[in-house]
This record gives sequence, C-alpha cells and structure tokens, in this order.
Amino acid sequence: MARKAQDYDDIPGTFVFDAERSRQGYGINMFCMSLMKEDNRKAFKANEAEYLKKYPLTPEQTEAILKRDYNRMLELGGNIYFTAKLGATDGHSFRHLAAEMTGATQDDYAKMMLEGGRSVEGNRSKSGKYDTPVKKAVAKPKAKAAAKSAKKSKSSSKRK
Amino acid sequence: MAKIIAGFASSHVPAIGAAIDNKQTHDPYWQRIFSGFEKAKKWIADAQPEVVIAVYNDHASAFSVELIPTFAIGCAAEFPPADEGWGPRPVPVVKGHPQLASHIATSAILDGFDLTIANKMEVDHGLTVPLNLAFGSPDEWPCPVIPIAVNVVQFPPPTGKRCFDLGRAIRKAVASYPEDLRIVVFGTGGMSHQISGPRAGLINSKFDKAFLDRLTKDPKGLAAMPHIEYMREAGAEGIELVMWHVMRGALDDKVKEVYRFYTVPASNTAVGNIILENVAKPAKKAAAKKTAPKKAKGLRKAA
Repeated sequence: MARKAQDYDDIPGTFVFDAERSRQGYGINMFCMSLMKEDNRKAFKANEAEYLKKYPLTPEQTEAILKRDYNRMLELGGNIYFTAKLGATDGHSFRHLAAEMTGATQDDYAKMMLEGGRSVEGNRSKSGKYDTPVKKAVAKPKAKAAAKSAKKSKSSSKRK
Repeated sequence: MAKIIAGFASSHVPAIGAAIDNKQTHDPYWQRIFSGFEKAKKWIADAQPEVVIAVYNDHASAFSVELIPTFAIGCAAEFPPADEGWGPRPVPVVKGHPQLASHIATSAILDGFDLTIANKMEVDHGLTVPLNLAFGSPDEWPCPVIPIAVNVVQFPPPTGKRCFDLGRAIRKAVASYPEDLRIVVFGTGGMSHQISGPRAGLINSKFDKAFLDRLTKDPKGLAAMPHIEYMREAGAEGIELVMWHVMRGALDDKVKEVYRFYTVPASNTAVGNIILENVAKPAKKAAAKKTAPKKAKGLRKAA
C-alpha cells in the first residue's frame, strides 16, 4: 500500500519516522537494537547475511543493510538512532553517517558544519511553498550540486 | 516546602559526551563549546540545587521500538548509564529521588497527566551530557536527579503545549511537597539539527535565537508552534526542542534570563544553553496578594 501523504513529506531530503515507517521498519530497528550487545556485534560481523535472517526483513531492507545504504534504510522504516548502532558497529560516528547520507565527502561535510551548517534557505520545502525568495546567493553544498549533476547525467544516459 | 528556583536548558549532543570521555575538552574545537558553559557551571554551583528534574529523551537505549512511552518519569533509586553501542559512558550512576518522583507522578496523574512510571531505567547521553555541562565530571553527581523521558524519536512527540502543561503539573506537584527542597528543572535537546537523510547538517541560527527570545518572553505563544515548523525550520531532529517547554512550563510566567550561550556547530548540531530564574518568591507572593498587592514588588525585592 502506498504511503499516506503527510504535510511533512514536503520537507526535502527528510524521512520522518512516523507510525507507518515504524511498522514497516520494525525488523530493521530491532536488528540494529541487537547490536548494542558485543556478542551480537561479533556474530553479525562474522556472517552478516546469515545474522539478518533472524529478523523480519524484506529483501529490500536486507539489501539496504548489507550495502550500508543509510538513506534507503530510513526510507524503508529505519530510524537514525537505531541505524546509528549499525554505524557504530562499523566504527563510525553520527557525523560520519550524516556526511554519508548527504553524499558529501567527510571533509566537505565537516567544512560545511564549521561554516555554520546547511542553510535552511532553499531547503524548507520541495514545493517551494515555504521558501522566501533568497536575496543573496546561498552557496549550495558542493555535494548536493554534485549529486544533482550525477542524477542529471544518469537520466540523460537513460534517454540515450 | 519544595520549590522550583530556576530552569536550565541545554543541548545534549552525544559528541560533547565523547569529547569529555576522550579528554578532548581542551582541543580548540571543543574549547569553544565548553568555555561557553563555564558561567552556567558557576551559576549552578552557586544555586546549589538539592534536586534536579531533568527532561530528556532516550535515543533507542532504554526504549526501543518495542515500547514508546510519550512521557515516562523515573521513580527508581538509581539510573545506570546505558551502553549505547560502545560501552556505558564513564559517568557516575544517576541517583534518583524516589519519594519526590512518586509524589510528582501521583500528583500529575491525578491532574490529568497519565505518566508512565519507570522503576528500572538506564539513561543515555540525552541525560548525562547536560549533567556534565552543568556539573563537570565529578565522582558523584552533586544532587539527586529525577529523569523525565519524552518520546521525540517516533513522530509525533507530544505537542509543545502538552509539554508546557506537563511543566505546569510538575510545578503544582512540587509546590505540594512538604520537604524544603530547592529544585532546578532541566530541559534538554536541540537546538537546530538534522542528522538523518540528504538534508543532514541543517542549522537555522535565526530560528534558534528567536526560540531563545520567545522562551523567556512569550512561552505560551512559543509552545503553540506546530511540529511541522520545528522539522522544516530546525531540522528533523530539531523537534527535540519541545522538551524545553516542559522546563518553561514549570517556571513562573515572568522569569529572569540570567545566562545564554549559543554556538555552531558541535558535530552536527547547534548548541544552546539558557538559564531562567523565577523572580518571585512563591510563598511571600501569595501572602502579599492577600494583604497588600501593590507592595508585592517591594516585598520581593526586600526578600
């Protein structure tokens, strides 16, 4: 069944962890929760695919976990506080994961944060409804521009 | 009689905890943040609270998706630090105040707030980082702490108004507790940040500063802000700020802002700290109202 539309779906680059995603992602989040125990972390690392069989996961969810596709995990019902435990098992901090989810390099992301973070201007809504016209040019994070151009090149290659 | 003397709100960024635990507080990056809390530490050392009521959120440590209480009050004698995936933080066990906590739970429930009672609960960085920021890294926390956990993980968290009203219920409960205790209420979390999805790294300083201004001057208006506005303006995880309303609701309508600190970034997050003191002395105010209301101000000054 398609997701019921919500007002917060209009926020770009954001997967709000609501009841529907919580139901959908129960297996992902409970798997992540198991990684709070050292024995489980070891068992998972020893054979990831086998370990995941213990949890009620769809093939898409399993694939997202194995590939460490953090955005996809969120889309399929994972929650960041849970998926961060998978990140911690791999030795990564919240900031590392955040950078990865934005598509930026670690250095570029760290630099963006030091410069005051991602501006809200132009990032409020997909529809543009809530964004006031920006008077001065706001430098877009390089990664986002890069991701956009990557998307473009993908779609143009499809057309070919 | 117990009384709430002030509110203390602060971000609870996990990386701040990691910086403390790994002894990196003197690195220039972290120094900028820790030096901003020096005055707050001094203030609380002078204020000498006898109990702290700390409103915070659990981050998939004590509660998973199996059980999601909207408001849970810790009534246990102690709350051990949780293993958040890399071992428990090396901080003291948080000692509770079971009598006062149960009194608050009873009073609030009869007042219409159906609190979940937690008699066994581990606490994560959401609670222990603000304790560090206020009290440093002592061998024991200087006073008992009553944790109040708020769900901000699965949408929807309680509304700002509901949080504010819980603060009101806590205030009422404290006022009917017979023992003389000076209490400071902590609000934690925020400020603007998003740590999930392609929009991660969002910071909105303008929003944060306006939030701090209105928290002091227009708390009820601020508490009416809908969830979508926090998420859109302050990032998906910026919604943690609703917890500050519990602290504010527990204070008088008029408060004195005694300290404020704001900086960007700590890891992914904007860091804010504000201290609000109750100006009026509740007992004298009530007495003054009955007799000579016009002199109330003078009385307070004299007190």
